[in-house]
Amino acid sequence: MKLAFDIFTVVLVTAGALFFLAGTVGLIRFPDSLTRLHALTKVDNLGLGLVVLGLLPQANGVFGALKLVSIWLLVQLSGAIVTQLIAGAVRQRGPQG
Amino acid sequence: MTILSVFDIGLAVLILGIGVWTIAAREAFAAVIGFVVYGLLLSIAWVRLSAVDVALTEAAIGGGMTGMLMLGAVARLRLAKGNDTRASLPVRLAAGVLCALVAAGLATAILSPPEAIPTLAPMVMENLAQSGLGNPVAGVLFVYRALDTLLEKVVLILALLGVWSLAPDSVWGGIPGLRLYAQRSSTLTFLAQLLPPLGIVVAIYMCWVGAKEPGGAFQGGTVLAAMWLLVMIAGLRSVPSIDQRWLRLLLVVGPVIFLAIGIAGMVLATAFLAYPAGYAKPLIVAVEFALTLSIGVALGLLAAGPPERVQRP
Repeated sequence: MKLAFDIFTVVLVTAGALFFLAGTVGLIRFPDSLTRLHALTKVDNLGLGLVVLGLLPQANGVFGALKLVSIWLLVQLSGAIVTQLIAGAVRQRGPQG
Repeated sequence: MTILSVFDIGLAVLILGIGVWTIAAREAFAAVIGFVVYGLLLSIAWVRLSAVDVALTEAAIGGGMTGMLMLGAVARLRLAKGNDTRASLPVRLAAGVLCALVAAGLATAILSPPEAIPTLAPMVMENLAQSGLGNPVAGVLFVYRALDTLLEKVVLILALLGVWSLAPDSVWGGIPGLRLYAQRSSTLTFLAQLLPPLGIVVAIYMCWVGAKEPGGAFQGGTVLAAMWLLVMIAGLRSVPSIDQRWLRLLLVVGPVIFLAIGIAGMVLATAFLAYPAGYAKPLIVAVEFALTLSIGVALGLLAAGPPERVQRP
C-alpha cells in the first residue's frame, strides 16, 4: 500500500513539475504579456494542483491534507485575480505601460 | 552526492545569481522584483537550514513587506524624476564601497569561525520547559532576550515616526498618500472582500501557534498588515489620518503591555522583564497578541507612507 502511494506521489509530482517547466518555457518564449499570463495560469492551476494532489498521501493526517488543499485554493484565488488585474492594466495602458 | 545536496547547491547558485542580477539590473523596478525573488529564495534556504521561524519572517518581511516599500519608493522616484531613477555616480560609488565593506566583514566572520562555536542552545533547550513554551525561538525571543525583542518593537515605531516626519507641516496628522486602485468594483474588490477573513484567521493562528511551533507576532502582524493594505488599496475602507486616537493606541498597545509586564516583573518576579513562576506562557501569549496588532498597524502605516493631505472637515 505504502509503495502504491509513493508511486502515485512520484508520478503526479513529476507531472506537476512538467507543467511548471512548460509554463516557464512559455513565460520566456511567448511574444506578449497576455500570452505569457496564459502560460503562467496553467502553472498555478494544473502544475501546483498536481503537486498538491501528489503530496496528499504523504500529508500529516487529515489536517495536513486540508492545509495543502487550502494552499492550492489560495494560490488559485490570488493567481486568477492578479492575472486579471495585470491583463486589465495591459489592456488599458498598452503592453509598455 | 545525494539529491538533497544537489538541490542545496542549485539553490545557493540561484540565490547568488539573483543577487548579482539584482545589483546589475539597470532599472529600479527590475531590481526590486529581483530583490523580492531573492527574499523568497532565501526563505527556502532558511527552511533547508531548519530555521522555519526565520524563513517565515524572511518571506513576510524580506520578500513581501520590504518589496512593497521599495516598489512605493520606485513609483515616487518615477513621479519625481521620470524613468531615469539612477542615482548619481558618487552616490553609487559610496553605496558600493559601503556594501563591499559590510560583505567583507561578514565574510571574514563566517570564514574564520572560532574552534568551538560558542552556543547557548543546549541551555535553552534544557530550561525551555520552565516557560511552558514549545518553540525554542519564542523562548529566546520572549524569555532570554526579551529586552531585545521589546526594543525591536520600539524601533518599528521609531521607523514609522521617521516616515511621518517626511510630511510637510501643513499636512501633519493628515492622510497617508497610499496609492489606491482607481477602478471601483473590479476583481480586486472581490479579492479584498474574500481574502481578509481568511487572512485574519491565518494571522491569529500564526500568532497563537508561535508559542510551540514556528510562527509568532511578526509573521502574524505582517499578514494582518497585508490584509489591511489590501482593503485600503481596493478602496473598501478609506486610509485613516494619522492623528486618529484609535490608530495611535493600536500602534503602542503591544510595546506598552510588554513594558508593563516587564516592570511588573520587578515587583512580582525577580527582575525587569522576568515572569512570575507559572504565569510565563499566558503572559507571553498576551504580549504576542498585543504585539501582533501593533506590528500589523505599524507595518501597514509604513507601507502607506507619509501623510499627504488633510482630512476635509
